[in-house]
Amino acid sequence: MVLPGDGLIQLTPEGLYCPAAKAWIDPWRPVSRALITHGHADHARPGSGAYWAVAAGEGVLRQRLGAGIDLKGVDYGEERRIGEALVSFHPAGHVLGSAQIRISAGGETWLISGDYKRDADPSCAPFEPVAADVLITEATFGLPIYRWRPGRQVAAEILAWWRAATQHPSLLFAYAFGKAQRLLAELAALGVEEEVLLHGAVQALMAPYRRAGVVLPPTRPLSELPRGESLAGRLVIAPPSAHRSAWMKRFNAPQTAFVSGWMAVRGARRRRGFERGFALSDHADWDGLLRTVRDSGARQVYVTHGNSDGLARFLREEQGLAAEPLGRAFEGQRSEEGDVEVEGAMPPGRPIESV
Amino acid sequence: MQAFADLIQQLERAAGTRARVAALANHLEVVGPADGAWALALLLGKRRRRLITGRRLREICLERSGLPEWLFASCHAQVGDSAETIALLLPQLALPPAPPLELPLAEWMESRLPALAALEAEAQADAVLAIWAALPEGQCFLFNKLLTGGFRVGVAAGLVTRALAAVSGLEEAELAHRLMGGFDPSPEAMQALLAPVEDGAAAPISRPYPFCLASPLEAERLAATDPAGWQVEWKWDGIRAQLIRRGGQTFLWSRGEELINASFPELEGMAKGLPAGTVLDGELTVWPAEASQPAGFGPLQRRLGRQKPGAALLRKCPAAFVAYDLLEQGGRDLRPEPLSQRRAALETLVRRLPAAASTPAAGLLRLSPVLPLGCWDDLEALRQQARLVGAEGLMLKALDSAYGVGRRRGLWWKHKLEPMELDAVLLYAQAGSGRRANLYTDYTFGLWDGDGRLVTFAKAYSGLDDSEINELDRWIRRHTTERFGPVRAVEPLQVFTLGFEGLQRSSRHRSGLAVRFPRILRWRRDRTPESADNLSNAQALLEDPGAQRSAGQR
Repeated sequence: MVLPGDGLIQLTPEGLYCPAAKAWIDPWRPVSRALITHGHADHARPGSGAYWAVAAGEGVLRQRLGAGIDLKGVDYGEERRIGEALVSFHPAGHVLGSAQIRISAGGETWLISGDYKRDADPSCAPFEPVAADVLITEATFGLPIYRWRPGRQVAAEILAWWRAATQHPSLLFAYAFGKAQRLLAELAALGVEEEVLLHGAVQALMAPYRRAGVVLPPTRPLSELPRGESLAGRLVIAPPSAHRSAWMKRFNAPQTAFVSGWMAVRGARRRRGFERGFALSDHADWDGLLRTVRDSGARQVYVTHGNSDGLARFLREEQGLAAEPLGRAFEGQRSEEGDVEVEGAMPPGRPIESV
Repeated sequence: MQAFADLIQQLERAAGTRARVAALANHLEVVGPADGAWALALLLGKRRRRLITGRRLREICLERSGLPEWLFASCHAQVGDSAETIALLLPQLALPPAPPLELPLAEWMESRLPALAALEAEAQADAVLAIWAALPEGQCFLFNKLLTGGFRVGVAAGLVTRALAAVSGLEEAELAHRLMGGFDPSPEAMQALLAPVEDGAAAPISRPYPFCLASPLEAERLAATDPAGWQVEWKWDGIRAQLIRRGGQTFLWSRGEELINASFPELEGMAKGLPAGTVLDGELTVWPAEASQPAGFGPLQRRLGRQKPGAALLRKCPAAFVAYDLLEQGGRDLRPEPLSQRRAALETLVRRLPAAASTPAAGLLRLSPVLPLGCWDDLEALRQQARLVGAEGLMLKALDSAYGVGRRRGLWWKHKLEPMELDAVLLYAQAGSGRRANLYTDYTFGLWDGDGRLVTFAKAYSGLDDSEINELDRWIRRHTTERFGPVRAVEPLQVFTLGFEGLQRSSRHRSGLAVRFPRILRWRRDRTPESADNLSNAQALLEDPGAQRSAGQR
C-alpha cells in the first residue's frame, strides 16, 4: 500500500514527504529539510540540510547528528509556517523531546505519530491527544497480547530485584536513550538516592536529561570507579549490546535482567538469555494504539512499523475505519540499521505483519 | 498452586543448575507429599493428560473477548504457545473481579481440572471464565497449561533426581531406577519413592532399569587406550528398548519409557521363551527372518504407530529385538558386573534358548555381533562398512565397565557415519514455537528437477546458530514473495548444505523421496541457487549411498 500520489503526505524512497512544506518526516536518507519526531537512530539520521525538531530534544540531536547541524528548535504546540504548510510538534510521551508532528495545508490536517506511548513517564512530557483528518500511527506492539503495567510498578519490581542481591552486582540492560533515564527517574520517585553506575553509552545521554530538570538519582560512569572496588550490591545500567560482550568481564557473578516490552512474552525472555525480563516499553500497547486512533478522530488511518497489517485490518473490519498498512517500506527499516538501543530494532521480537 | 507457580518461575530465572536443584529440593520439602508428588509427575513429564483442547480454550477466550480469530492467530504466532497467548489476552476479556482462588496443586489435578473437563458447552465456558477471573496473574498461564496437557518445563530429569537425592539422602541412581516405568502422583508413591533402601517395598515387576547412554566419540581420548579393552558393535538404526520377562509377564519398554507390548505381539510371543527374571537391553528393528540386514527406519515407524498391527503389516514389517546387553538374570541385577561378563552371560543365554526364538530363521531375537578390531587404524574402515549392513555407525563400550545410569562420558561411545549431504535452496519459512516463537526457524528446501524447477525436498529446523537464525529471519522478512497463512515463500536465493541419515522412496512427497533426520550443516553464501543439487543427485544417493562425495561437488 502506498499513500495517494496527490495527498498532503506522500511516500518517497527517502520516506514520508510533505510537498507543501518541501520537507520529509524522519527521512531514511539525507534530504534538504527533515522534520524529526525524536532522536532515536531509526528516526533521526545524519546528513540532511536542515532539521526541525522539538527544542527539548535539541541536546540529544546535536550530540548524535553533530553539534553543527542546522537545527531549528520549536516548542511543543507552537505553530510554524514551513513553505505552504502549518507545522506543529506535540508531546508523544516516548522519550525526552519526542513529538507527534501535525501538518496542515489546503484545508486538511495530517498527524504523524512518530513513536509514542500513553503511559506515565517521569522523564518526558506526557502524550497529548491531537485531532487530525488523517493519522499515520506506528504499531510496534500492535497486538492485544501487549498490555503494559504502570512504569512505577515495574520499577518497584526492579528495585526489589536489585535489593535482593546484596552479594552480587545487578546488571540491568535497557536502551541507552530513553528507557535507561525513565528507569532512573522512576527509581528516584521510589526514593532511591544512592549512586547508580552507568555504561558509557547510557552516560552519554545523562546531561540532556539533567539539563531538562528530570529528577534522577546520582549516577557515575562505571569507568570512573577505581579498579578493584567491589560491585556487590551495586546497580549498573547498560545497553543490551553490552550483554555477553567483553565489557561484562568486569563483573563477578552478576545477576542480569533486560527491560523491554518484548519481555512480556516468555519465549522472547528465554531466547534473549537474561535471567530476568521486565516488560516495560516506551511504545503504545494495544489499548494505547486504539485509544490514540479514537482520540485523533481521523477519517483515514495509515499504519507503520510492527504489526501494521494487523492493526489496520482490525481498525477496518472491527471498527469500521478507513485504515491501511504502509507496510513493507517500514518493515526492515529498523533492523537494517541495526541500532540495538531502539526497541523496534530487536529483530527477534519484531511482530510479523499479519497471518 | 501458588507455590508451584513460584517454583516454575524460580526455575526459569535461576542462573545455574545448583540454584535450580536447590529450588526443587526446597519446594519438595515445603509442600508435603500430595502436592510434591504432583510437582514431580509434572516436572518429569509423566502426566500430560489433555483435559480440554487448546482449541476449546481459545474458543472460550475469543467468545468472551470478541476478538477476531485471525487476530488470535497473529498473537499466537508471536507468542508460540496457546496457553500463554490466552493468558496474555485475559485482560481483554474484562472479567469481573472475583475473590482470589488458592487451592493445593493436588486438588486442581485430581478434582478441579477433571471436573471442568466433564462440563459441557456453556457451563464449561462459565466455569473456566470464573477461574480466570479468580486466579492470580501468574497462575492463569499454569492453569491453561495443565488444562490443555501442554505443561513442560525445561528441567532435565537429572536435576529432579539430584533434588530428590538431596531431600531423601538416597543415591541418584537408585532414585532414577525407582522413577522408571511411570510414577503415580500419590502421597503413597512419593513416600515409597523416598523411602530408605532397607525398608523399601518390593519394586513392581514391570519396572525397567535406567538406560545407559553413549556420548559422541572423542577420538583423542580413545586413541590413548588399548583397543583390546573395547567391545565394538554396530550402531543399529532402530529404537532403543528394554525387554523384561518377570513373574510370567513380558514388558517391552521404549527409551521414552512407554510400554509398547501391544505394537509388537510377535516379540511378546518370543519373550515367553526367556527364563524368569531376564532383562535385555537392545534395539528394536524391523528385520525379516531371511534378510541379512534390518529394513530401515521407515518400516519400523509404521509398526511403532500401530497399537494393534494387522496380519498384513506383521508379515510385511516383521520386528526383531537385537540384544546387546543382559541387565538381569534369574532376577539378579547384573548391572554392576563388567560388560565382558554380562556379554558372556548374554551369549550363553541366547544359545540356550529354544531354537525357534534364537535362530536367524525365526529372527525374532538376534544377538548384536561383536566386531573384530585389531588396532585403532582399522576403526575407520569398519565404520565405513556400517551403511552396507544398514547400521548408522559404531558403538564402543568399555569391556570393564558397569552398566551406568544415564550418560557417563568415557565408557560408552557412539561413532556415527558422516551424514549424506546435498546443497538445497531455501523455499519456504515458518515461525517456530517456544523459544523460537516469531522467529522464522522452520525451513523448507528444494532441489532442481529436470525442467529447471525447484521441488520441495526436505524440511529442517536445526543446524544454524543464534546469530545466523536472526540474520536469516531478517532476510526472510525482506524477501517474502507470498504468504500462505503462517508460511512465507521467499525468493529462491539462499543455498544450504543439508545433512541427513538416509533416503527412501516415498509417494507422499513431491520429490518422490523421504529424508531421514535432515538438518542444516552449513549456510552456503558462496553458492548461487543455480549451483544447488538436483533430484538426480539425490536419486544417485538413494541407489548408491557410497556415491556421496560426487554429489556435493559437481
